[in-house]
Amino acid sequence: MLNEMGGPPRRPLELRRTVNSAAGGARRLDWILICAVMGLCVLGALLVWAATLPGDGGDPMESTEHLTRHLAHMGVALVVGLAVASIDYRTVRAYAPLVYLFTLVGLVLVLTPLGAVINGSRGWIVVAGFQYQPSELMKVGLIMVLATLLAEPRDGETRPMSRDVLFCLLVVVAPLALVALQPDLGTALVLGAIFLGMLVLSGASVFWVAGMLACGALAVAAVWVFDLLEPYQMQRLATLMDPAADPQGAGYNSAQALIAVGSGGFEGTGLFQGEQTHGRFVPEQHTDFVFTVAGEELGFLGAFAIIALIAIVLWRVLRIARACDLPYPRMVCIGVATWFGSQSFVNIGMCLGVMPVTGIPLPFVSYGGTAILANMLALGLVLGVNSRDRGFE
Amino acid sequence: MHRPPVDPTLPGPRLGRLGLILVQVVVISLFAALGARLWYLQVPMADYYRELAEANHQQELVVPATRGQILDSSGRAMVNNRTELVVSADYHELQGMDDGGEAVLTELSEVLDEPVEELQQRMRLCGPEVERPCWPGSPYQPVTLAEDVEGPVALQIMERSDDFPGITAQAQALREYPYEDHAGQILGYIQPVTEEELEERDELRSRFTGIDQVGRDGLEATYDNELRGTSGLRTLGVNNHGEVMDVISDEEPVAGRHLITHLDMNIQKVAERALEQGMEQARPENIADSGAAVVMDVKNGGIVGMASLPTYDPTIWEGGVDQETFDEILSEEAGEPLLSRAVQGTYPPGSTFKIASMLAAVEDGASLRSTYACPGSVSLAGQSYENFEGSAQGSVSLRQAIIDSCNTVFYNFGYQMWQKDGGLHPDGEPDETMAETARDLGFGSPTGIDLPYETGGRIPDRDWKRTFWEETREENCERAEKGYPDVDDPSAAAYMKQLAHEHCVEGFEWRANEAINFAIGQGDVLVSPLQLATAYAAVANGGTVYEPRVVRALAEADGSEVEEIEPTVKNELPTDDETLNYLQDALTEVTKSGTGQGAFDDFPQDEISVAGKTGSADAEGRDVSSWFASYAPADDPQYAVAVLVSQGGTGGETAAPIAAEIYKGIYGFESSEDSEDVEQGDPVLPGGTPHEDLPTIREDGSIETLEP
Repeated sequence: MLNEMGGPPRRPLELRRTVNSAAGGARRLDWILICAVMGLCVLGALLVWAATLPGDGGDPMESTEHLTRHLAHMGVALVVGLAVASIDYRTVRAYAPLVYLFTLVGLVLVLTPLGAVINGSRGWIVVAGFQYQPSELMKVGLIMVLATLLAEPRDGETRPMSRDVLFCLLVVVAPLALVALQPDLGTALVLGAIFLGMLVLSGASVFWVAGMLACGALAVAAVWVFDLLEPYQMQRLATLMDPAADPQGAGYNSAQALIAVGSGGFEGTGLFQGEQTHGRFVPEQHTDFVFTVAGEELGFLGAFAIIALIAIVLWRVLRIARACDLPYPRMVCIGVATWFGSQSFVNIGMCLGVMPVTGIPLPFVSYGGTAILANMLALGLVLGVNSRDRGFE
Repeated sequence: MHRPPVDPTLPGPRLGRLGLILVQVVVISLFAALGARLWYLQVPMADYYRELAEANHQQELVVPATRGQILDSSGRAMVNNRTELVVSADYHELQGMDDGGEAVLTELSEVLDEPVEELQQRMRLCGPEVERPCWPGSPYQPVTLAEDVEGPVALQIMERSDDFPGITAQAQALREYPYEDHAGQILGYIQPVTEEELEERDELRSRFTGIDQVGRDGLEATYDNELRGTSGLRTLGVNNHGEVMDVISDEEPVAGRHLITHLDMNIQKVAERALEQGMEQARPENIADSGAAVVMDVKNGGIVGMASLPTYDPTIWEGGVDQETFDEILSEEAGEPLLSRAVQGTYPPGSTFKIASMLAAVEDGASLRSTYACPGSVSLAGQSYENFEGSAQGSVSLRQAIIDSCNTVFYNFGYQMWQKDGGLHPDGEPDETMAETARDLGFGSPTGIDLPYETGGRIPDRDWKRTFWEETREENCERAEKGYPDVDDPSAAAYMKQLAHEHCVEGFEWRANEAINFAIGQGDVLVSPLQLATAYAAVANGGTVYEPRVVRALAEADGSEVEEIEPTVKNELPTDDETLNYLQDALTEVTKSGTGQGAFDDFPQDEISVAGKTGSADAEGRDVSSWFASYAPADDPQYAVAVLVSQGGTGGETAAPIAAEIYKGIYGFESSEDSEDVEQGDPVLPGGTPHEDLPTIREDGSIETLEP
């Protein structure tokens, strides 16, 4: 608080910016970041469309049900995201505990009979035909709360102290446990990654950082030793080691994903032309495995474009983080970057057979209303930081 | 750009900058790694995955070809294909239903009047854990739920197709035997293909449907490849649920070829009936446990009829045989009806073998113009050999020796030839004239008939004796030392021990008594009824030993092509015409005044003269087996008929009357027996000759039979 309130004297440039704030808002947005995200969104919409065509390869214009809904989700999410971007991030920050608590309640509710089970995971609340997935929003809430906690050293402190770290730990363990109970191991991993990423870059004591990493390693070891994973989860890991072991059983998803991606070749079969996609050999091909559709129909060119666009997004978000002088906005950007980075890497990695199969979507590309909303909210946070982080507005 | 001044005491600027650059490097390398992996999958490995993708979304469906029919010489179907109504289910469609098809199967169980559990069991795919009833085929093949369904039931299912999604009722081809229990051993049968057969036969493996059947015996086995045809291959595009989306390619099946055989269904019936009745009459004085009758076309070796008793009803194979019936017909109590006594049974030939002995004697120098002593008994090499019932004829010609079947004449021949070859200790290579002549006639090796599991019989000589001795020496020598402690009777045990000792020490010696018995078709010589018919056919046709053939031609199912199978000559007898004519003349007289006279008393020999020879063969521990080997008409031979009744009495008593009945049937003479199958007096074949033409197979697959 101290820094934002007080701080060094204002300079003429800042004065001009304040004067022109209404018109200058757009100019201060990171247009490269926005273009990269829009590129991902457009590709995503096309891929979702291709993935949900009827199997006999009929006229694409006649099966636009999923596409329409996807575009609707995206429209709503864009508006919300832009709204967040245009609001002063300090104002948004004030709502961080609320967002966190709201989603935490949602995570509790999904475990009650109100929750709906989709693909073996109790992660949804269905209200009036709308499916809401609290765990996606929790990523945003967690980032905001962690950023607040890690970025606000008390008087005389220059970095998060043990007290802050312990409180952070409390804040992260609750949603992590709830998500793990659904069970949704993928999202739990992403939440853990967000926490670790933000902690490492928060300036907290190296002992804490090392301790957390050790805890993470210990947790993995414990899972292994005490056999805490469900058999199917163990099989997914075993499949990763040897994808050919059981191609019809545990390795089916992985094997089919590899076939779809590999058969696309350099140029791909062309949009709407993928035989594997038409035959629905890869499960969840419009959500978690949407990257395989890109691999088959758009080939190396299209699939690599997605990887490149995501890399650009991460580069820009991290660049904004680097440019931040204040800890809170920087921590927000770091959190978002860790989130998008870890989730994209795990998702694409599982489509390419280098990561175990977990049910998490590809940011901005996969079908899924709550996920897109959460992605756009995060983008809005980053953009809002970018346009305002000079500390004096 | 301008930046706000940085407070160096804050953690961000100090720690963050370096950390963030590090993070950017890590991110770039991680995503570069993903890009590299993507490149590896899509560029160098693309072809590999394209192949996998192909296999993924294409499903090959084998469309079985219609199996060829087996026709008799005039085109009558002995085996054809019957269609029956079968109810089957689409495996994937039922699996895809919310309840796994339970509702549909429940509905169906009411219509079929079968418990729903039974239907559900049949829907399961067979596997190591899943025992029958289950579906042994591919899930892409319709799963058979009920066979031989009544028309109205099938109609109900077809009409209410909305109530029975995934269920179809359709016609399916099954093997059928229009003449029921005739010619079972010749026709053979088909059975589901075994693992071993699949491994052995590439053509089965490449187009295997999972429910293929293969010929396991008889013509079905020998001509399996021809009857089978070529299965079609339909390549279907399928999705991940196995639902068919389109037909990518469709290769039509090519129906199997029809077998047009030399068989005549009526002669087959006549032969079977005559054999059965003859055996019936031989009982109860004789055991008459089994028998065979072969009718062969002497001009080409074609098998016109071939009976073997006991037999069985081939209709048991229709729609698959159950294990109980299968075990039953394989059992010894049933008399092993699957076994063809004509092809697979071997017996000592007795006096029918004297054609070989006489030809051998002449070869050895015996004159057709001399006379030979036919005493009641002869003493040779210190042992006495007797004529049948001790009858003596004085001095007789070779002709008379054949007619009256005088053993003593042939004993002398056998002994003389044995002595000439050097007796027990031949000097140099023995001629073995007797054995060689027998082999010339086709004895001692398989005839080469187009039926499986044929045995070659046995022609004993010095070589055979030595081989046999080498094979059994070890056991005999051990017995010679240890005796037979397991035999209760001490004197029997002592005798057996003594015998074992002799066999051990000098078992390789071809002894005089063996050569002497061999000369009258006794001892170690074994022949099959088919071999005997082949040999008599050779005598009849002037010396050509044909390989017997059941199948005369192979015809495409649409009649477009007919491949005739040319007769195969196995051997030409070295005998000169004079000797052969002399022998023919003697055989012709056998049925007039010789040992076959009784059987042919009422046979109009002035119309059709029959030539033949009786045989009554002794075998250790068994009753006398009855033989008659013959051909007719004697002046222009067309058919050779050989009849055997195992333990059926003398040849003239049992076998010769059976042969007479067969000839009566062929030529349409009044039979002494009542007949249901064949009209009295009408010849089975007009003019007593087989059809020259082949039946015509029309383009539409129908068959134009030849009028009798």
